[in-house]
Amino acid sequence: MPEAAVGGAVHGSGHPVHVDGEVVATKRIGGYQHLTLTAPGVPEGFRAGNFVAVSVAGHVARRALWIHRVRASSAFGPTLDVVVERRGDGSGWLAAQPVGTRIAITGPLGRPFALPKEAVSCLLVGEGYAAAPLFPLAERLRERGCAVSLVVSAPDESRLLSALEARRSARSVTVLTADGSVGLRGRVGDHVGDLLARSEADVVYAAGPHEVLRAAASAAERVGAWSQVAVETWTPCGTGLCHGCPLPVVGEDGVARVVRACTEGPVVRGDRVRWDDL
Amino acid sequence: MSAQLPGPVMVASGCGGTGRELEAFAGAAGIAGLHLVTRSITLDARPGGAAPRVAEVPGGLVNAVGLPNPGLEHFLATELPWLVRAGVQVTVSIAGATLGEYADLARRLSRAPGVVGLEVNVGAPDDAGTGLFEVREPYHSASVVAAVRREFPSDRPLLAKLRPDVSRIVEGARACHEAGASAVVIGNSVPAAFPDGRAGGLSGPAIAPIALRCVAAVRAALPDVPTVGSGGVRDLASARAYLDAGALAVQVGTALLHDPTTVARLRADLAEETP
Repeated sequence: MPEAAVGGAVHGSGHPVHVDGEVVATKRIGGYQHLTLTAPGVPEGFRAGNFVAVSVAGHVARRALWIHRVRASSAFGPTLDVVVERRGDGSGWLAAQPVGTRIAITGPLGRPFALPKEAVSCLLVGEGYAAAPLFPLAERLRERGCAVSLVVSAPDESRLLSALEARRSARSVTVLTADGSVGLRGRVGDHVGDLLARSEADVVYAAGPHEVLRAAASAAERVGAWSQVAVETWTPCGTGLCHGCPLPVVGEDGVARVVRACTEGPVVRGDRVRWDDL
Repeated sequence: MSAQLPGPVMVASGCGGTGRELEAFAGAAGIAGLHLVTRSITLDARPGGAAPRVAEVPGGLVNAVGLPNPGLEHFLATELPWLVRAGVQVTVSIAGATLGEYADLARRLSRAPGVVGLEVNVGAPDDAGTGLFEVREPYHSASVVAAVRREFPSDRPLLAKLRPDVSRIVEGARACHEAGASAVVIGNSVPAAFPDGRAGGLSGPAIAPIALRCVAAVRAALPDVPTVGSGGVRDLASARAYLDAGALAVQVGTALLHDPTTVARLRADLAEETP
């Protein structure tokens, strides 16, 4: 079973580095821009659930991006992929950068998903671009012999992340769209209870907007399954230095605390998040 | 004052996490010898403020983090021993709601092994909002400094951190120095507001010229008062500006949030510059 992921050690992921990276590929897929980056030392230390903090020209704060995939070798050496949704100045800048742009990258950062010790059944629930860390997680779980059921959700088809390639590592893939443009119609909260019952999962992993995480964590709690959620917040530095990304939790001792999402998270046990205070 | 000041490069309070997060970014020299001013420690644990605690604006950040910290006991039991073992030169920033709390913190930290010095932030841009002892006038600052100095040996540095208000900085620096501060740290952040009007402090490159003006004013009026420059230090040139104006050291804050290797690079660059 996954260990409690609140409090304790500083970084779950070995040794982050701050390096000069480069855009080696950029591709628009649906509503998102997929960037492939070199960042010496980052792919090597990666575990599913880690993120990178990147610098954006003319901005002081960093932009945090989930690592969607790493390749141990390519024509450019080890690389990592991130998924960018254009939402503001920073993400717009990143999405527009051509191959060859140098970008300062820090990572891998944050506590990754904890993996079960045994080959149990797992339900992975993700929505939008923030579902990104579930895909490398699915691969790791499959390597460990876990039966993986993946739920990929989005507002509409254009924001459905990589559902096709997920079929390689998941035993079953369920697609949900809020507008019903593809797959089941509805939101995660409408379906997660049924999907969890059908998968008979012992562990639920979730990544996406807060309401998706909460719905998945609540469904898990109702049936006595473990849950781990990758909480996305605005993280000004990503490295734990600024205390600017408060995540309200209940510690293992039952005491309410506020931890740093970037450092004590972003992956925490779903039953430890104080959702009403988030 | 006989106290030897830390420096010439320090990590500014509130921008170094618990200190431990900087280890990965300390470069070849390692974290040993790093001069860290801790985030402000209070007697009791504080959860800090609600999100958003930081907002990005052109040239800097507006922040109102609300002094999250685990309280003195926990700091002494867990964070400080790690830092001391790692060879970090620790200056502890302290914050209190009353002068009695400041005195208490100073007395207990004076006995803690490995504490190099103390810093009191008497220019927080939102001290009223955070429930701290309110500092409006120079005599308020002086009373904090005096309360701490009485409990902290005079051969160890006590830094008083002031906000960069050029119309008040000289009298503030004088009052703190006369009350026993070993040096004044000039910069911190400028009182500002979040886009929704909440009180916060502006830090980063935008305030460097403002803080530099204040350092120059204090150096001109009070040449005997040691000063530390803080505000927008991000590279050799921006550090040099403060040192050339007469500051004995600089503190690096916001730049670390943008590039966590800033202090390691600056230490190396300064060492190379003055063989």
